[in-house]
Amino acid sequence: MAKVSMTVNGKSVSGEVEGRTLLSTFLREGLGMTGTHVGCDTSQCGACVVHIDGKAVKSCTTFAQDVAGAEVRTIEGMANADGSLSTIQQAFQDHHGLQCGFCTPGMVMSAAALLADNPKPTEAEVRHHLEGNICRCTGYHNIVKAVLAASGQDVGQIAAE
Amino acid sequence: MPKDGGIGASTKRREDVRFLTGKGRYTDDINIRGQAHAWFVRSDVAHGMLNKVDVAAAEAMPGVLKVFTAADFAGVGGIPCGWQVTDRFGKPMLEPKHPVLAEGKVRHVGDPIAVVVAETLEQARDAAEAVEVDITQLTPVLDMKAAIAADAPKVHEEIGSNLCYDWGFVEENKAAVDEAFKAAAHVTTLELVNNRLVANPMEPRVAVGDFDSAGGMHTLYTTSQNPHVIRLLMGAFVLGIPEHKLRVVAPDVGGGFGSKIYHYAEEAFVTFAAKTLNRPVKWTSTRSEAFISDAQGRDHVTKIELALDKDNNFTALRTETYANMGAYLSTFAPSIPTWLHGTLMAGNYRTPLIYVNVKAVFTNTVPVDAYRGAGRPEATFQLERLVDKAARELGVSPVELRRQNFIKPDQFPYQTPVAVVYDTGNYHATMDKLLEISDYAGFEARAAEAKARGKWRGFGVAHYIEACGIAPSNLVGQLGARAGLYESATVRVNATGSLSVFTGSHSHGQGHETSFAQVVAEMIGIDAGQIEIVHGDTSNTPMGMGTYGSRSLAVGGSAIVKATNKIINKAKKIAAHLLEASEADIELKDGKFSVAGTDKSVDWSGVTLAAYVPHNYPLESMEPGLEETAFYDPSNFTYPSGGYGCEVEVDPETGKVEIVAFSAADDFGNIVNPMIVEGQVQGGLAQGIGQALMENCVFDENGQLLSGSFMDYAMPRAEDVPFFKVDHSCVTPCTHNPLGVKGCGEAGAIGSPPAVINAVIDAFHRAGRTDITHIDMPVSPARVWSALNG
Repeated sequence: MAKVSMTVNGKSVSGEVEGRTLLSTFLREGLGMTGTHVGCDTSQCGACVVHIDGKAVKSCTTFAQDVAGAEVRTIEGMANADGSLSTIQQAFQDHHGLQCGFCTPGMVMSAAALLADNPKPTEAEVRHHLEGNICRCTGYHNIVKAVLAASGQDVGQIAAE
Repeated sequence: MPKDGGIGASTKRREDVRFLTGKGRYTDDINIRGQAHAWFVRSDVAHGMLNKVDVAAAEAMPGVLKVFTAADFAGVGGIPCGWQVTDRFGKPMLEPKHPVLAEGKVRHVGDPIAVVVAETLEQARDAAEAVEVDITQLTPVLDMKAAIAADAPKVHEEIGSNLCYDWGFVEENKAAVDEAFKAAAHVTTLELVNNRLVANPMEPRVAVGDFDSAGGMHTLYTTSQNPHVIRLLMGAFVLGIPEHKLRVVAPDVGGGFGSKIYHYAEEAFVTFAAKTLNRPVKWTSTRSEAFISDAQGRDHVTKIELALDKDNNFTALRTETYANMGAYLSTFAPSIPTWLHGTLMAGNYRTPLIYVNVKAVFTNTVPVDAYRGAGRPEATFQLERLVDKAARELGVSPVELRRQNFIKPDQFPYQTPVAVVYDTGNYHATMDKLLEISDYAGFEARAAEAKARGKWRGFGVAHYIEACGIAPSNLVGQLGARAGLYESATVRVNATGSLSVFTGSHSHGQGHETSFAQVVAEMIGIDAGQIEIVHGDTSNTPMGMGTYGSRSLAVGGSAIVKATNKIINKAKKIAAHLLEASEADIELKDGKFSVAGTDKSVDWSGVTLAAYVPHNYPLESMEPGLEETAFYDPSNFTYPSGGYGCEVEVDPETGKVEIVAFSAADDFGNIVNPMIVEGQVQGGLAQGIGQALMENCVFDENGQLLSGSFMDYAMPRAEDVPFFKVDHSCVTPCTHNPLGVKGCGEAGAIGSPPAVINAVIDAFHRAGRTDITHIDMPVSPARVWSALNG
């Protein structure tokens, strides 16, 4: 066991971890921050995506010790300072971009990373960017719509008809 | 314009806020002080004699509390099956024992052999490596037709056969059907495979057992679609725990799609182990484990034949299906290829004579049970592929052949030859709507444009029927169900007028917390924000049969309507007393009780306060308080239907099939929240397209699962599907439930696979490859390329 320290959602945190302890485990079990989910064991589903120093990373394939000193942001740190939903979170609610909610934290974190890099993505760019995030509920229709809406683009033409 | 908050409004989901901020509470988020962790040791062979399980070394490992084997479960029952099918000859199906942990034999890769419980998950996992398992491998039973040969190895020796049942429906029709085929002007025959699928809700299964030794109270937290059903099955049949000493909680559940209906060994294990060790015990499935322990779906091999007269009217239909049960009978497995499949073989058509034969077979594979649609996708796929093939053989339009044989709008209620009575529908209308929203008229121009780019474009249609809202309890009892299929609701009105509604339905993505509140808000005329929907806990809801088969609104919603009507009736009596008027003159509108024809009124909270502070109250004739419970048992299934259209482009160079457009025109009856309904359809479409193009659960010749992870099993991703056109403006309300609703959860997964394959075949034929009349799912590039190039 070794001590690891990092910043999570702006707060300094530390804990004892094994060399094999994953960042997702440290967040969920060590810090009790259960918003980050684990949906697979092959780094495919993306439910565990968090931001490490601003980049979207799958926390289920990252050792906690490897992010010592880093700035980590999770779904719990995505709301506005007053607790209201941020633009991307609000777009997911407005456009019904979630159903069971399990993939949602990773979807929101991946989408936020996309919009930080590419503020006005095309539909094709959104779909391509989300290839590492699996959703079984929505058929992606409303997720893609939500991400486009969060980027300020008019999604009125993408009605369900 | 839709209203905000009541029936018909696309109210935003209240549950979203917690899910979007990381505050959802899923089972794996539950950690109880002092909890130990379980790790399952599972069979890595498909079929073998379990000679010895030596746990001594593992039990000596750091942190290990105990290693459990079958011997620890000698005194408990097996995992029960919830449905007994009777075969063609009047005999009950063969029903082998399903032990919690493997006894004497292992029967599929993933069959649980031992469980290590340790202080930490890592310790349990490490110690599992030290459990010594000695297995003599046996020849695995994998191919269904070979499995029922007399000399085939047996999955369960004690029942003497791998044939679970040989079911005929309607057996009395068989001779007449055969006669109709002899008299037919044309017969179309199709042999096909309905590929095995893995449900794969994004949340893997989790179970946490807790035991209060002082009170003898067990609590199980589990990822279930129906906690009361788990309490009944596990309490009564496995562990012998009475209901009042067993609480089952299914908190936020991350999707189910059928795979979280069933009672699983892991639930019984943690409940049992928590008492044995007097410690909470938690088990969390990995995804790899889910692939070998969650019940899977589909896996039918079918031959289907359609007889037509000289005018292209359907005269008879017969099918022969082999349905894979896997190694054990999962909770509802026997009912899926029979009562949820055979009864749908009339489809939308007037076919007068139908005979369905189903042979359910045990194999050394993971058990198979309901997966989104459950029997109905299998029925729809074979029928809608067959009708398409018939149209091509006869040189008529697939759309027109369907229209000609559709049940006509004035023929409802319609008694099919396969036992069910469709109450309402208008298939001509949904087909017309489909052709409109998919711009069918413009297809030729799009096909020509695609051809110029070297792509083969095809258009495929399918029209489905579903039976949802399962079902009258007395009927399903006759059909072999070992449970009732009602739903319950309790509406508790609080003194200041807010309401808590307890429902036996379970929401795991369906948005009940929002849509059920809309129903109650509409009935009383108050803001939906005053209403809380509570579900998922056996300790606060009287009973519940849960959520599956698109039944929640049709059955669970109807129970809520019944209970709310009881509340309104009592509230009117209170209002009549307060207003010194006759009860018959009291009207409820917009949350206010008025005396008809006067300006006298009292608002909702005035009445609710009087119920709990009964100072001015008819105590001599009525109890204080305002809480009512209702059970609703449906009198029939509901019958959603719809027309689906898929447009594909095939790249003949690579064999890749791209879905370029998909349209769905559904008739779900009345709709409470259109936004949620559209989301349900879109999700179902992606699953159906996944089955048609990508997903396939494959076992090799040794029974090893080749598609055992998301690296190997192709889940649809955002780039694999287009935006969908979804319409639900065709409405024929259900006639036998109070909301007139039919259910929308499974339609997308039922109607889409045949539309996709019909589109692929259409593309082939338009390109001159009329020699290819069928291609099995999933239509991967390799399969298409092989079909085109031999």
